Amino acid sequence: MFEANTLAIIFAGLMGLSILFYAILDGYDLGVGILLPLDQSDNSDTMNASIGPFWDANETWLVLAVGLLLIAFPAAHSYIFKELYLPTAILLISLILRGVAFDFRAKAAFSHKPTWNKVFKVGSLMAALSQGYMLGMYVMGFQSTFAAYSFSILSAFGVAAAYTYIGASWLVMKTEGQLQKQAVQWAKKSGWICFIGVIAVSIVNPIINEGVYDKWFTWPNTILILPLPIICFALFTISNLQLKKLPKTNDKHCWVPFVVAVMIFTLCFFGLAFSFFPYIVPGKLTIWQSASAPESLSFILWGAIVVVPVILGYTAFSYRVFWGKVRELRYY
Amino acid sequence: MLETLMLSRIQFAANISFHILFPTITIALSWFLFFFKFRFDQTGDPVWMRAYRFWVKIFALTFAIGVVTGITMSFQFGTNWPKFMETVGNIAGPLLGYEVLTAFFLEAGFLGIMLFGINRVSARIHTLATFIVAIGTSLSAFWILALNSWMQTPQGYEMRDGVAFPVDWLAIIFNPSFPYRLTHMLIASGLTAAFLVAGISAYRLLKGDDKKAPKLTLKIALTVAAILTPLQMVVGDLHGLNTLEHQPQKIAAMEGIWQTQKSAPLLIFAIPDEKEKTNHMAIAIPGMASFILTKDFNGEIKGLNEFEGNHPPVAPVFYAFRIMLGVGMLMLLISWSTRIQLWRKNKLPPWMLKALVAMSFSGWIATLAGWYVTEIGRQPWLVTGILTIKDSATDIAPENVGFSLVLYLILYVVLMAAYLHTLFTMAGRAIEIEEITDEEKVIHKNTSEKLAAKLPTQNKQEKNYV
Ligand code: HDD
Ligand code: HEM
Ligand code: HEM
Repeated sequence: MFEANTLAIIFAGLMGLSILFYAILDGYDLGVGILLPLDQSDNSDTMNASIGPFWDANETWLVLAVGLLLIAFPAAHSYIFKELYLPTAILLISLILRGVAFDFRAKAAFSHKPTWNKVFKVGSLMAALSQGYMLGMYVMGFQSTFAAYSFSILSAFGVAAAYTYIGASWLVMKTEGQLQKQAVQWAKKSGWICFIGVIAVSIVNPIINEGVYDKWFTWPNTILILPLPIICFALFTISNLQLKKLPKTNDKHCWVPFVVAVMIFTLCFFGLAFSFFPYIVPGKLTIWQSASAPESLSFILWGAIVVVPVILGYTAFSYRVFWGKVRELRYY
Repeated sequence: MLETLMLSRIQFAANISFHILFPTITIALSWFLFFFKFRFDQTGDPVWMRAYRFWVKIFALTFAIGVVTGITMSFQFGTNWPKFMETVGNIAGPLLGYEVLTAFFLEAGFLGIMLFGINRVSARIHTLATFIVAIGTSLSAFWILALNSWMQTPQGYEMRDGVAFPVDWLAIIFNPSFPYRLTHMLIASGLTAAFLVAGISAYRLLKGDDKKAPKLTLKIALTVAAILTPLQMVVGDLHGLNTLEHQPQKIAAMEGIWQTQKSAPLLIFAIPDEKEKTNHMAIAIPGMASFILTKDFNGEIKGLNEFEGNHPPVAPVFYAFRIMLGVGMLMLLISWSTRIQLWRKNKLPPWMLKALVAMSFSGWIATLAGWYVTEIGRQPWLVTGILTIKDSATDIAPENVGFSLVLYLILYVVLMAAYLHTLFTMAGRAIEIEEITDEEKVIHKNTSEKLAAKLPTQNKQEKNYV
């Protein structure tokens, strides 16, 4: 049996992990959706094929993250989604639209395909924007001020750019030929926007949140946290240098931008998590104040201990099965 | 302007009603697919592969809609029913959590391999992936119905300061109405999928499709339907008896019985009137309700008068129950008559095929009706004896809920139209596909050369025209 406070920390960790997995995994497939070209339908097939076997499992991480918030911190779940009711509704509708568009485009009469392509692209973009907006409002502590709304709108574009960046990097790794060259260009551009976005959030966050400021700029935290932006900066540089040279002969290093993007996502996530811990609703609720009953949490924890490694195992298996460059997607 | 509570209820009911349509198909369709694939591995007869390939596309589409509408569901509890989670979250939370961990990931993780991996993994692994997806969908039903049943017939908990705490998890999961609800729902899913498969196959035959696959799937689906319909009636009866024990007010509303009485009649049709506390225009079989519920024509049934102010609205429960039973009877009639005809003549006349096309989505109607009986029948309670609906609504501004509700409703209408249109487009297109393509031959070479060698020669010749 675990003690109540330890359980709260374990569940906060599990939830954080699922959010990170979600951002990386659904990030790249939303990004591919955002990039979908509307004129060249041959490319749109390959691009969709690169995410076809994965998008469903990717979205399941969102279900887990929200599920864990609901199970472990119900008070925070109510608070956050009440504040974010409308953006959440938009997010859900966008996810529905893009999910069904993905399947309809492959099966509908040929003449409807361009329409579903549009729905897929717009749905992906709206989903990314609403997630970014929600992140912005969260960071700003759900204030209803002009500054908060402006920042959230900026954050919406930042997250959309970040997803585009990781999506383009995914395509650099998974495709070849003309599409790969195109993806390199996409990755370069969105990489820059993403870079500016990360810097903007890092500056604004400590300025508006006193607690965050104190955390970042008190000894010895500063020494622990300072490497984060420096490594992040280095990673962006590496990615940019590589992208200038890609694609290389024998497709060497085509995986570098994607791996770098994953590392950047991870570092940014830890930066944010560090800023707010132990608060789950910034400045209002800590994880300990909002945790559910220990008997419920330990019941589910034992299951999680057994099941999560198995999930990671078969997720890895699935990525191995579809390893390498995309091939045309067929139901056989 | 409607108030937030009412809008939240409409929105929740709309979302869950739309969501359930798609899992009801996929839960059983995945088992159909597993069966097709398994038979293909066993016999090497390409007709099984044809059947698999056609239906796996419909499965993929249905599954995708099920998943994305399900994601909406997982946000709903917190947004629209915060008190629900505050009061029974300690019990509802872990049940939902286990659904995500054991069912959703399992389905989603192996779905990619099932849909797109047939050329990338061995035949055995592919069949296994199909099997695991089927297990996953059934497990989803297991956990979510455990929660729903617990809300109907709660046990294994204790209340401390108005909050429910779990005491015995096994008692919580296997609460009194759970075994009945799970069985009834799984069979309902089997029937929904069977009538869909039969309907679409009949549609292809009607349009002049002369291949073996639609004939085969028609036969299998009708066999399944003919077996499951009577079984569903028995299970439904048992389900009702269990409800009589735990939620007698629901049964009184279903049967339209106002006064406690002996030898209660079975109302085939009536217009219940809640103000006058009586039924108009009743067509009834005397004593039959007593007989069904107590196995005695003179048995006593409690009427709604015993639950003054504490019983559900009568009319919706009463009508929904009759719709479910009516569809059930129709299913029995049609599945048996067509199956017998098929058995005797090996072929169905056009009017029977048309009847089957008309029944394609009958499972949806019965399932929705059944759920409305269950859910409206538990009013005014949200969780029987613990929490009423009134006490569980959110305080979000009604404009916001109204706005999201309108968006959802528009979306659902569009999606439903697109889904039905695409299904029949796919069926139409399948008619034009003539022969086995080159790629398909490659698969047969890899997976079933040995088996194909064992097939009788006549079968081999037909092989190209499934
Ligand atoms: C294809 C679908 C289908 C068919 C043909 C039937 N049912 Fe049903 N019924 C359901 C699908 C369903 C359902 C949607 O699955 C429900 C809602 C919740 C549940 O457990 O099952 C349900 C609920 C439900 C209930 C409510 C139990 C409760 O909430 O306490 C009863 C008493 C019955 N059914 C009885 C029957 C009988 C006697 C049938 C014989 C004709 C029948 N059902 C046919
Ligand atoms: C199995 C999981 C389910 C759970 C946990 C669940 C839970 C709930 C909850 C919390 C409510 C809101 C309170 C209320 O207004 O009554 C509700 C109402 C409702 N549900 Fe369900 N439900 C489930 C399945 C379904 C299904 C599959 C359907 C329909 C196909 C359905 C139909 C309805 C309807 C129509 C209402 C509104 C009843 C009313 O407000 O009068 N439910 N349910
Ligand atoms: C309030 C109740 C419900 C909630 C919160 C809910 C939640 C969800 C979620 C989040 C998903 C997506 C899973 C993924 O990402 O793969 C999903 C899919 C699914 N749900 Fe529900 N659900 C509810 C009711 C039901 C009911 C009543 C059933 C059936 C009895 C059901 C069966 C399924 C199945 C089989 C899937 C897999 C997708 C599919 O087959 O289409 N759910 N649900």
